[in-house]
Amino acid sequence: MTATTTAPAGVVEADRRAPNRNRKPLRPARVVLYVFLTVVALGWLAPLLLAVYASLRPYAETAKYGYFSLPHHLSLHYYSLAWSSGDMPKYFRNTLIIALPSVFLVLFFASFVAFSLSRVKIPGRKTLLIMFAAGNLLPPQVMVTPLYTAYTKIPLPTFLSSSETLYDSYLGVIAIHVAFQTGFCVFVLYNYMQTIPTELTEAAAVDGASLWRQYWQVILPLTRPALGALATLEFTWIYNDFLWALVLMTSGDKLPITSALNNLRGEFFTDYNLLAAGSVLVALPTLIVFFALQKQFVSGLTLGANKG
Amino acid sequence: MSRSPADRPGGLPMTSRRSILRGALAGASAFAVPAALAACGKSDTGSGSGGSTNKNVTFGSNYSDDVPKKAIADVMAKMQSDKGYTVKVNTVDHNSFQENITRYLQGSPDDVFTWFAGFRMQYFAAQGLATPIDDVWQTIGANYSDAFKKASTGQDGKMYFVPFYNYPWALFYRKSVFEAKGYQIPKTIDEFKTLCAKIKTDGMVPIGFADKDGWPAFGTFDQLNMRMNGYDFHVALMAGKQSWTDPKVKNVFDLWAGLLPYHQPGSLGRTWQDAAQGLVSKQSAMYLLGSFVAQQFQPADLPDLDFFAFPEVDSQYGQDAVEAPIDGFMVSHKAKNVAGAKELLKFLGSADAQNVYLKSDPSDVGANKQADASGYNAIQKKAATFIGGAKQISQFLDRDSNPTFASTVAIPAFQQFINTPGDIDSLLKNVDAQAKSIYAAGN
Amino acid sequence: MTSPPITAQAQTPAPQTTPVRGRRRLRRLSRRDIPVLVVLLGIPVLLDLALIWATTVASIGLSFTSYNGVTAIKWVGLRNYEQIFTIYLPFWTAVRNNLLWLGVLGLVATPLGLFFAVLLDKQIRFTRVYQSIFYMPVVLSLAVVGFIAQLIYSRDYGVLNSLLGRGSHPIDWLGDSKINIWAVLVAAVWRHAGYVMILYLAGLKAVDPALKEAAVIDGANERQTFFRVVFPTLRPINIIVVVITVIEALRAFDIVYAINSGRNGLELLSVLVTANIVGEASRIGFGSAIAVILLATSIGFVIAYLTQIIREDRQ
Repeated sequence: MTATTTAPAGVVEADRRAPNRNRKPLRPARVVLYVFLTVVALGWLAPLLLAVYASLRPYAETAKYGYFSLPHHLSLHYYSLAWSSGDMPKYFRNTLIIALPSVFLVLFFASFVAFSLSRVKIPGRKTLLIMFAAGNLLPPQVMVTPLYTAYTKIPLPTFLSSSETLYDSYLGVIAIHVAFQTGFCVFVLYNYMQTIPTELTEAAAVDGASLWRQYWQVILPLTRPALGALATLEFTWIYNDFLWALVLMTSGDKLPITSALNNLRGEFFTDYNLLAAGSVLVALPTLIVFFALQKQFVSGLTLGANKG
Repeated sequence: MSRSPADRPGGLPMTSRRSILRGALAGASAFAVPAALAACGKSDTGSGSGGSTNKNVTFGSNYSDDVPKKAIADVMAKMQSDKGYTVKVNTVDHNSFQENITRYLQGSPDDVFTWFAGFRMQYFAAQGLATPIDDVWQTIGANYSDAFKKASTGQDGKMYFVPFYNYPWALFYRKSVFEAKGYQIPKTIDEFKTLCAKIKTDGMVPIGFADKDGWPAFGTFDQLNMRMNGYDFHVALMAGKQSWTDPKVKNVFDLWAGLLPYHQPGSLGRTWQDAAQGLVSKQSAMYLLGSFVAQQFQPADLPDLDFFAFPEVDSQYGQDAVEAPIDGFMVSHKAKNVAGAKELLKFLGSADAQNVYLKSDPSDVGANKQADASGYNAIQKKAATFIGGAKQISQFLDRDSNPTFASTVAIPAFQQFINTPGDIDSLLKNVDAQAKSIYAAGN
Repeated sequence: MTSPPITAQAQTPAPQTTPVRGRRRLRRLSRRDIPVLVVLLGIPVLLDLALIWATTVASIGLSFTSYNGVTAIKWVGLRNYEQIFTIYLPFWTAVRNNLLWLGVLGLVATPLGLFFAVLLDKQIRFTRVYQSIFYMPVVLSLAVVGFIAQLIYSRDYGVLNSLLGRGSHPIDWLGDSKINIWAVLVAAVWRHAGYVMILYLAGLKAVDPALKEAAVIDGANERQTFFRVVFPTLRPINIIVVVITVIEALRAFDIVYAINSGRNGLELLSVLVTANIVGEASRIGFGSAIAVILLATSIGFVIAYLTQIIREDRQ
């Protein structure tokens, strides 16, 4: 394996193709390049920094001096206020209730499907693959109405859903997330598993391993990098989802955090800085996940680019 | 190029990292699932307990802004202390609640939910999404005027609605501003225009205006239409019985276009709350809104707030018609605790409940005849008289007309008009075509 | 936001010790494997079929009815489509906006992303930091982006207006229907560029340095090297980027919804669908027709993408 493909083909490291030529000398053209990149990068960050800045300043001050002014007073007061009066712990918990099972189920199902499509002689496997891949490209709006109509007609026991139907239940939102995201992950994992030689599973089969064991003990460990990458990607996408919760939930109490932010606007409208603090809090988890797991995150998008 | 379990760059044995990852995911979701079950189960303490004394009722509320939210919570607390019923309040943002109402009612609505009188109420009742409450009205009916009774009746003659309060739409202003600048309350539209011109030269915005949400502009249209063409024409237009291409309607828009220069610019990017703050901070001199604008004022400033009726345009109609939407409650058709819901409605329809609410809410007028007016502030007293003296009461464009028309046709059309007041003819032609298709389809 | 992964082959096929593609010996199943297969394969397939495909087909069917969610379904043929195209005011604005979105993403955001990728491929320090910064908007929830847009663009208290010093004549960036789509498109570019950048970075890394060195030896300068030698080898990625860009442009929803519910110049096809079926309106047949129009425009690109996949798969 070449050096480039052992590292996740992702946040592209300093080029290891030429290990001794890592840093070019600092010519004027390079200086210009650095300056340009730094300026653009700062501009790129500016909107988020602005929101953070606004969230640290009292409303009276910004109302008087505007948002683009030097601070007289900085505090984290709004964060604690947003957290408590915005009831954020509840909404974050709702998001976790939706996101964590969804991510787990998506990865579990998608990896098994990819495994079986790539290793088992199932009739129509190409069609299935296309079905999964294409399903992910369809616009969600075309599914909305029949979906929620069907949901309102599917009864659920009370312990699974307080609304007693699939509509307005966590299970319903989890189900659509799993269905929608599995397509993408099946496709990625299928390509990834193509790079794993069939000899391994053949050997295991010869040793008497069942299909399940081949999947669980042979293939799954080898797809670990892909799974890690997809886990971070999926968490971010499901966390940031806006549409499904909007359409499939009506109880204010059950909303995930991104939809709840909309709700909070009615309460906090006079205090924009409070809303800023709330928004930053909402953005925080995905930012944290992203910065902590950058490598996995980016390689998830580019899996398959550097196969072979 | 082959990979085998043997060559693992990185050093760490693959098993432990994999199992950590899987363990973490599994553990987290294992944690989440019981939490989900608990969460789902918790909120549903009411149903299943059966019996005739189920004292748990769920209440879907759109009272999301701070002041109303606290006020309704007080009311529910009184229900608890007086009758022993526990009411679980499910609050959704005001605009979102309305926007989701159809799915809400078809899905799993609460026992009782907040709603409005008018065609909008009748529309959902006719679709079978509400439970008739004639028995509730047998208890509370004596305390309501005929106008309220009529507003609570469905198209089939049954009662579906319990009024809680109503509030007038009028031109609000700050007394101190008018006194300081020597402005007089205008009685006719010409006086009004002169006043606006004067305010403008004085450096203030004559009329505050905000239409980001789409519906506030309906208030202006309703006032103009009723003043120019009378209540009957307005109601007929709302019901789809008049044409939007009628010259009468065009006159309304022409008049509006003439007044637009006096309205606060940039209205389509502004919410009504922001515009109300403009009134509070004396940037705007007047603001045409419902009396809920008072909720935006600090208690200290409230005595300075006053209102006057929209000026007369055609003496034939004078200032007869008052726009006073009625807010109230209904029982959903899927209510789990119908008996409890009806008890709640009886309570909400009583003077007691309305008194509790009005204590914390400085802007509305109780619907019940017995509601204690002694606790009213100046605005509420004036509003009560104002509504009481009205010859006709309208509900508001989006409550008097077909909901599909109001949200998919009227909102974009009015916003387009505000953006470009010029080409009214083709706009009205389009509105009319869409209205006809919607009302004809019975959507 | 989801998107298809890139499946670009390595530009320089490294020596392979086993035939990884093409000839697979797919095992036959033993009896105890079948239940496992049926359950673990069957559930996701069923979910996908039911929640994704069946609902799509149902929407297509509903688009020919005047269903309002409550009363009986009535067949009306093409009437919904007719109304959408002739008298539905916001429709053409939405079409215009979606096309604008597509144009801006394709002609501004994508080249910008490629540009960033090329710059960051040049063996510089802090490349990881720059990448993270450019990619960061992609992970931000669009509801947050909508709020930030308010902070910057608001007429009365936005930062942009105070920066431009327009106290007495502020520009209504979000409320003026002539310019608000452009304000929002800036945010869309802000997000899309980083996404495209990452895709191209991976592709650029896979370019065989021998190719570039050969070009340099032949006397090509940097630009010639890039456009004549490197860029053509990025063709598989280009296709993926095109598909992603189109899908994202057609699927845009969150940010305009968060700003003003997608009205007054910010209409998009996706928002019109929700406005007709999720709002108070409940014109389900009508809304489904708009959704089908949206689907029809996406289909072409979905097919293009699938063709690319199938073609690659055969290699």
